[in-house]
Amino acid sequence: MELVEAIILSVLAASTPLLIAATGELVTERSGVLNLGVEGMMIMGAACGFGAAWLSGSIIVGAICGMIAGTLMSLIFALMTLGLAVNQVATGLALTILGIGLSGLIGAGFVGERIAPAPHLYIPGLTGIPLVGRIVFGEDAFVYLSLALVVAVWWFLYRTRAGLILRACGDNHVSAHALGYPVLRIRLYAVMFGGACAGLAGAYLPLAYTPFFIPGMTAGRGWIALALTVFASWLPGRLVIGAYLFGAVTILQLHAQALGLGVPSQFMSSLPYLATVIVLVLLSRTRSGGSTAPAALGTVFVPDR
Amino acid sequence: MQLVLEKRAERSNTIALISPLIAIGMTIVTMSILFAILGKNPIAALGVYFIDPLTDSYSLQEIAVKATPLVMIAVGLSLCYLANAWNIGAEGQFLIGAVAGSWIAVKTQGTDAGAWVLPAMLLMGAIAGALYAMIPAICKVKFGASEILTSLMLVYVADLFLDYLVRGPWRDPHGFNFPTTAEFDPVATVPVLIEGGRLHLGAIIALLVVAAATVLLGRTIKGFEIRVVGAAPRAARFGGFNANQLILLTFAISGALAGLAGIIEVAGPVGHLQPGISPGYGFTAIIVAFLGRLNPIGILIAGLFLALTFIGGEQAQIAMKIPLDVTKVFQGILLFYVLACDSLILYRFRLISSTRQVA
Amino acid sequence: MRKTILAAAAALLLAGVSGDASAADKLKVGFIYLGPVGDLGWTYQHELARQALVKEFGDKVETTFLENVPEGPDAERAIEQLVRAGNKLIFTTSFGYMDPTLKVAKKYPNVHFEHCSGYKRDKNMSTYSARWYQGRYIQGQIAAKMSKAGVLGYIGSFPIPEVVSGINATMLGALSVNPNMKVKIIWVNSWFDPGKEADAAKALLDQGADIITQHTDSPAPMQIVSERGKFAFGQDSEMIKFGPKAQLTSILDTWAPYYIARVKAEMDGTWKESDVWGGLDTKMFEMAPYTNMPDDVKKMAEDTQAALTSGKLQPFKCPVVGQDGKDVECKGGDHLADEQVLSMNYYIKGIDDKLPGK
Repeated sequence: MELVEAIILSVLAASTPLLIAATGELVTERSGVLNLGVEGMMIMGAACGFGAAWLSGSIIVGAICGMIAGTLMSLIFALMTLGLAVNQVATGLALTILGIGLSGLIGAGFVGERIAPAPHLYIPGLTGIPLVGRIVFGEDAFVYLSLALVVAVWWFLYRTRAGLILRACGDNHVSAHALGYPVLRIRLYAVMFGGACAGLAGAYLPLAYTPFFIPGMTAGRGWIALALTVFASWLPGRLVIGAYLFGAVTILQLHAQALGLGVPSQFMSSLPYLATVIVLVLLSRTRSGGSTAPAALGTVFVPDR
Repeated sequence: MQLVLEKRAERSNTIALISPLIAIGMTIVTMSILFAILGKNPIAALGVYFIDPLTDSYSLQEIAVKATPLVMIAVGLSLCYLANAWNIGAEGQFLIGAVAGSWIAVKTQGTDAGAWVLPAMLLMGAIAGALYAMIPAICKVKFGASEILTSLMLVYVADLFLDYLVRGPWRDPHGFNFPTTAEFDPVATVPVLIEGGRLHLGAIIALLVVAAATVLLGRTIKGFEIRVVGAAPRAARFGGFNANQLILLTFAISGALAGLAGIIEVAGPVGHLQPGISPGYGFTAIIVAFLGRLNPIGILIAGLFLALTFIGGEQAQIAMKIPLDVTKVFQGILLFYVLACDSLILYRFRLISSTRQVA
Repeated sequence: MRKTILAAAAALLLAGVSGDASAADKLKVGFIYLGPVGDLGWTYQHELARQALVKEFGDKVETTFLENVPEGPDAERAIEQLVRAGNKLIFTTSFGYMDPTLKVAKKYPNVHFEHCSGYKRDKNMSTYSARWYQGRYIQGQIAAKMSKAGVLGYIGSFPIPEVVSGINATMLGALSVNPNMKVKIIWVNSWFDPGKEADAAKALLDQGADIITQHTDSPAPMQIVSERGKFAFGQDSEMIKFGPKAQLTSILDTWAPYYIARVKAEMDGTWKESDVWGGLDTKMFEMAPYTNMPDDVKKMAEDTQAALTSGKLQPFKCPVVGQDGKDVECKGGDHLADEQVLSMNYYIKGIDDKLPGK
């Protein structure tokens, strides 16, 4: 049983950056914008977040700087795709490449340094409960934040007028514009939110997961976050399930090895991606005539005057 | 007062001509600032990046070698993008093509197979790449699933599949258990064109691909359909052009080209199958496609230019200790400027005096 | 405007070139690194050795390095670019550079190449590596003494002979102290992936291992082990910064003496193709100070180290019993021959796992 608890703890930690980044991208995509630059924004968040934390000695400062870095990167994206009506796919890819390169330059000075990782919650009495104590009451702030974030986003999208308007922009920007809503401005905010989340998710890695910075340490998690958003069919609730599923597959594959089970590791590692494709296909079939994606996702919008 | 973007009545041909120059100019300025921040002499750095590699035959050959897969893949991608079909999985199609073609090489290893081996490998690579690309295409056409995401996911699957093969069934038995196949027999290797360099037959094939694409797009009905379906979907429908069929076709072609590039790269410069045969060619090719403005000749130039920056970046690391990350920054910034300047072909800015408020 | 820039660039280039010509008596030495110099592991140690070269030879040598060179078609070009930049002695520091190095070596017979941890050589291409398995044997003994659970956690990179012989040597050492010692192995399929290495360390600890050793290059496992209050062995470099109370010792790649010797040979004109597989006796690698252990364990480690250095103790002393229970043919007299260790692709008896790819 202790092993189960330990596995759950590992899965929570591994899934948290995925969940945070995917939540941000979910909001971005619900507004109709496809930002493929998540990996670039995440790695910038990691580099700047770690640098700030090391220089200031504070995890919080690091986390905030990570968010700022991600947001600034997303602003470049917004300027191009919303301000200049440039193709979103190309811009997102350019953002990823730029982010990887810039983060390498910025982070180079910090490689080799270490910081004290983000502290874990400890409530005497509660954290000690066997099996669930550490899972519920013993995580670091990022884990709790990620879950709060998902709840907040869910509430925003489905229980507020602003969220409704945002979703309208993503489903039919022409109508939304005709109704008088500032589509571009809403999308700008959505993109910035996505950037902040990606930056925070990236910062989580060197601030809590492995407390040092190595260039490229996001190792493709940004792409997984993109897959997650689709896997969850753009629904926050499913996003949590998906994130933990992806994290679980990664962790369980390692445990399976340690237990001596002979499953080829590559097959296990490919499961999340295959699953995403299958889910995409299945989901698109249940709605007649098309997918459940925000209908205007990825299309350029220039308001008529 | 507000600055707004509005669509032009028709394309601006002046901007279309000068936008690459403006973009390159702005990139050079930005990069000079970056070099200065890094403490390097900007002029010397720019020289090492762009002039040096052009000054000797070895570097020129290497530029061609690096550009070959980029151009081949990018031409295929441009067909997709023109038709509004977003193939992001070229990297996966590249790997699958490499694997499929290598299958023939591995199976005929050591036997006295004839000259049919290499053409068979190339054909296998192209077919396998095409089939792999059809998966996201069919998912899109039949189920409406986003081809961007399905093709992207399949990249990871292809990468893991390749990893599994070279660590397991195809591993060289005399290779001390290292994850690589044995060296391909000479008959299974792409011939080099000039002794002493690495310029190989693939470069000629890439040029032929560019020529074929130019003809396809400029002079055939299918090419016309591809361009119209992307630029004016409603007009295409009225014209009876079948968008679905074009998605399948363009994905198949681009998959074939990516797969072909994959097997050529493996059977040429590398010489055996191993993990990591692609330093991200499939993704870099997307950049090349956009830099080349989805035009085959433009892609050829863009591919060569980008290859130049790779080679230059390595030389800059040697000669001036400039970190390799700078190359990535440069490529990202260049693409941003090109895309931004290009948007001015279709749109322009206007200052207007007031704006309606949202209720 | 661009013409002026071009002209200025050309002028600067010429100036640079003529500047070089006057320093023609400097020996130019080049390095190809797999990772970033700051990886705190494999590449970092090569970089330290390069810096030692500069310190030793000062003005007489000019070193250049290329980092983050992937093991693929780009590697060949990177190596050739070093040659064309005038480097006469080039160190390629990863197994995956073997074929590219060989290809370039054939093209430039007057340039000398040193390839790390490979097995192909040529008249102008040497290989060098270290007998890390000696250090692993010591680690195995320490682990057996320090482990309360009797389970060692092993984070492996790829199931290649170098790693497999390391696992076997570790277990041979452990079993010599505790015949009931067990090992759990996880393959992360990468030399360097801090996230995955951290996950692997957690998984091993969760499954009951209380000593962790790794054949991967980042300090992530040490970090995790330190957080959990257990013990671990570092790899390549000193990882004690990441686990002041956790690191027992570390295998330190100390390439400096070898590099200095080879550069000196190059300068003296005595460089010859060689295959150097050095051990503790030639200081091809060293053990980090034995820390965080009781004195008697420390003494045992030091004694073993001395015995290995003098050659009195051989980790692969015959008979070596394979997983199938059968003795492995002994081709080196009283211990396994070098090529048997270099091509080792089986586990010894006492390891319950199956080797992947078999």
